[in-house]
Amino acid sequence: MSQTAKPVVRHPRLRKNAVGLTQRDYEGSMSTLCAGCGHDSITAALVQTFYELDIPPHRAAKLSGIGCSSKTPAYFLGEAHGFNSVHGRMPSIATGANAANCELVYIGVSGDGDSLSIGLGQLCHAMRRNIDMTYVLENNGVYGLTKGQFSASADIGTMSKRGIANDMYPIDPASLALTLGATFVARSFSGDKGQLVPILKAGLRHKGFALVDVISPCVTFNDHQGSTKSYAHTRDHSTEVVHTDFVPLRGEITAEQAEGAVTAVTMHDGSTVRFRSVSEGYDPTDRDAAYTNLREVQGRGEVATGLLYIDPTGQDMHMFENTVDEALSTVPYEKLCPGSEALDKLQNRWR
Amino acid sequence: MDRDTRARINDFSLKIGTVNGTGSASANGLLMQAVFRMGVPVSGKNVFPSNIQGLPTWYEIRVNSDGYDARAAQFDVMVAMNPKTHERDITEVRTGGYVVYDSSRPLDEALMRDDVTFFGVPMSKMCVENFSGARERLLMTNIVYVGTLVALLNIDPEVVRSLLDEKFSAKPKLMESNEVAIRLGYEYAKEHFDCPLPVQLETSNGTEGCVLLTGNAAAALGCVYAGATVGAWYPITPATSVMDSFQAFCSRFRQDPETGKNLYCIIQAEDELAAIGMVLGASWMGARAFTPTSGAGISLMNEFIGLAYYAEIPAVLFDIQRTGPSTGMPTRTQQGDFFEVVYASHGDTKHIALFPSEPSECFYMSVQSFDIAERFQTPVFVVSDLDIGMNDWMCERLEWDDDYVPDRGKVLSAEEIEGLEKFYRYMDVDGDGIPYRTLPGVHPDGAYFTRGSGHDRFGRYTEDGDLYKEVVDRIAIKIESAAESVPAPEMRPAEGAQIGVVTVGSCRGAVIEAIDRLADEGVAVDYMRVRGFPFAESVEEFLQAHDTNIVVEQNRDAQLLRLLILETGIEKRKLESVRDYRGFPLTAEFVLDGVREQLGLIATEVG
Repeated sequence: MSQTAKPVVRHPRLRKNAVGLTQRDYEGSMSTLCAGCGHDSITAALVQTFYELDIPPHRAAKLSGIGCSSKTPAYFLGEAHGFNSVHGRMPSIATGANAANCELVYIGVSGDGDSLSIGLGQLCHAMRRNIDMTYVLENNGVYGLTKGQFSASADIGTMSKRGIANDMYPIDPASLALTLGATFVARSFSGDKGQLVPILKAGLRHKGFALVDVISPCVTFNDHQGSTKSYAHTRDHSTEVVHTDFVPLRGEITAEQAEGAVTAVTMHDGSTVRFRSVSEGYDPTDRDAAYTNLREVQGRGEVATGLLYIDPTGQDMHMFENTVDEALSTVPYEKLCPGSEALDKLQNRWR
Repeated sequence: MDRDTRARINDFSLKIGTVNGTGSASANGLLMQAVFRMGVPVSGKNVFPSNIQGLPTWYEIRVNSDGYDARAAQFDVMVAMNPKTHERDITEVRTGGYVVYDSSRPLDEALMRDDVTFFGVPMSKMCVENFSGARERLLMTNIVYVGTLVALLNIDPEVVRSLLDEKFSAKPKLMESNEVAIRLGYEYAKEHFDCPLPVQLETSNGTEGCVLLTGNAAAALGCVYAGATVGAWYPITPATSVMDSFQAFCSRFRQDPETGKNLYCIIQAEDELAAIGMVLGASWMGARAFTPTSGAGISLMNEFIGLAYYAEIPAVLFDIQRTGPSTGMPTRTQQGDFFEVVYASHGDTKHIALFPSEPSECFYMSVQSFDIAERFQTPVFVVSDLDIGMNDWMCERLEWDDDYVPDRGKVLSAEEIEGLEKFYRYMDVDGDGIPYRTLPGVHPDGAYFTRGSGHDRFGRYTEDGDLYKEVVDRIAIKIESAAESVPAPEMRPAEGAQIGVVTVGSCRGAVIEAIDRLADEGVAVDYMRVRGFPFAESVEEFLQAHDTNIVVEQNRDAQLLRLLILETGIEKRKLESVRDYRGFPLTAEFVLDGVREQLGLIATEVG
């Protein structure tokens, strides 16, 4: 993760958002990933998302584990604290950070190696606790940094660059999340920023754990003929089952009015997510139906994309831990220490 | 038959053998507390199985007016309630001692000893006659032996009554049952035996200003007083009661009076790997956070401990040591984690550790560990053990200075960041090896990337060897400089002593008692108890001042001794070792034997 600072060239007429920042202010250092890497498109989508949501960068915290995907937090939000943790264990760092400071916006970036093998347990438990964070899983089906081994998300029959077919059943993060009771489950494609940005916006505004599985082709090790996670294969086989628009609380509604049935879901902060079913009768608030649909699409050899499921009413960790509203890390010490008199009283019971 | 009929007032030991899960813990606690309330110094050791119900368990109570609190090597009185362990239990009584047993069924003739007095009390029979329901009959059998001991040992019945009053004031039915059971045992003894025994209690004033406390409760209370708000853990014996106690104290002290909401967050993690991750995440955000665990948990936490060391994130870890390696004997004590703790994780690492010897030190060191962790921006271990953590200890009342201000270390405020030309996370600005820290969310110019990968003093990723070296060299200096910030060793010099005795942690009581007895025999030794790592200069000075230093510890491999060789300039030939690692708290007799052997003194007979 070498770091190269981007040259600061500011166009005087760059548009500023509500907190007075331009989109450039949401960038980080130069990416060192391979040219054409899907991850860089996701980074660009995150930059646009944070900018358009008017989130001051330093009020966000970005976290990752180990792997190509986990390098990317260096490439966006240069003014936000970042934590590049150990392999697969980012969810625990995010859980502790969120426990200590519930006031920041948490964005985690991980990959299929980081999330679905060593980190599978922590990912599941972060969903179980419904940690208020957006978890972007940059999914390319291979281990890039160690040169192209299959990951746990590799589909049956997909071919490695060396011509070996995968025989094992893949772990699909979206269906996993649905069965675990996750309150926000989405899948997108790094090559479809138009779909990804509204999903990321909704994820960041969701009170709870938002899983965003993004198929993100590895141009070096998994973009060949025979791969099921290549650009070409993903373009040909992704099926948007539900179209998502995100309408911020006080934002102007600019999203194009969709045809067909529109479902509006009000988020915790009052913003709205509008769904337009592409598949007939798709209801993104029905977990069982979302799961059935996911399996059906999968059965056809396609990949269902969109904000597949949302439950905006779920309790996040702070709600069931009944913690105070302010960040625990900012509570003054005087409020935390019971003092000598209380200690004396307490000890009278220990005689 | 050699019967010792001389009265021994306030100086005896008692062992109770029962079956776990039968409620004997509350009976034994009641006995301990009664002795304590009579003003007589007392200590208790719970010897329990890794099991929920049905296996043998013992409770040892040592009464000693001089305040010696090490485990007793032999027992004057045995309450043998578990037929499955009768043979072993009866063997453990000293010649001239006493066995109390449930005579509802006859005792195996073969177990009878003619150098011991047997007191048969038909406990279950009396409980069947006086109580209804299998559970109550079982529970009350244990209270009956308390009644018998009240008579035999001359425990003040009024003290027992007031303890029951306090305990069961809200449960009159239980109160009544307990009173009946006590009376049954008491009256039976008064009627059939010559009460009290020569070993007996007498009201005294030896417990004034003291409390009965476990180390784990004390450590948890320290976390509350230190202002810790996030605790993450995975249940493990013998550390579980740290978090249980923290929860109990927080329920009492940490509810926001206006909203009723919690000023703390306890997370039961999915494993120890996650627990330490949560602590680091919370500490990174600026909260005081901790995790209690045991050696097996530290093994799992190793990777993150290395990250915290290298990325310089404060964390407090309580290691309540138990017998290793691997799962070992989970309910037995040991001091086998010294190496694991001070060099945890791969690569060059070294960690600060504090070694309490009893509960009050657990409290003070718990508070201190947060200050040190934040001052030095690194993980700090409080290395306790099962004996300290789970047993009842008599210790001086804890004191709190209301002027205490937590040392949050070098953390920059928004204003301070604003005033800087540029902030660099790992720059040694003050020349003390400790860089400045910023917290997320405070100021855009304070942002930096926390990482376990190679970084330079600016906080940037690097694969440049020189830039890498600069940072790790500084961290080494930083950790070494903590040597004078950790608790100084406890010293007890003796006049004319040529020999040094060195120890650590829960060995303290047994070692001090052994040294006092050696002094009575005319052998003077200097005493030092190490209380912190890295070792302070005074540790080496002590070692160098003696040609022979005998290091007493509870592990097979002489870990403290080897650490002293590695981390001070002491020559190996100046160090000798005495070790007990069988899983029970150390006895003074074991130390005496070991020291005498090392000194070439003829071992006097020990019972």
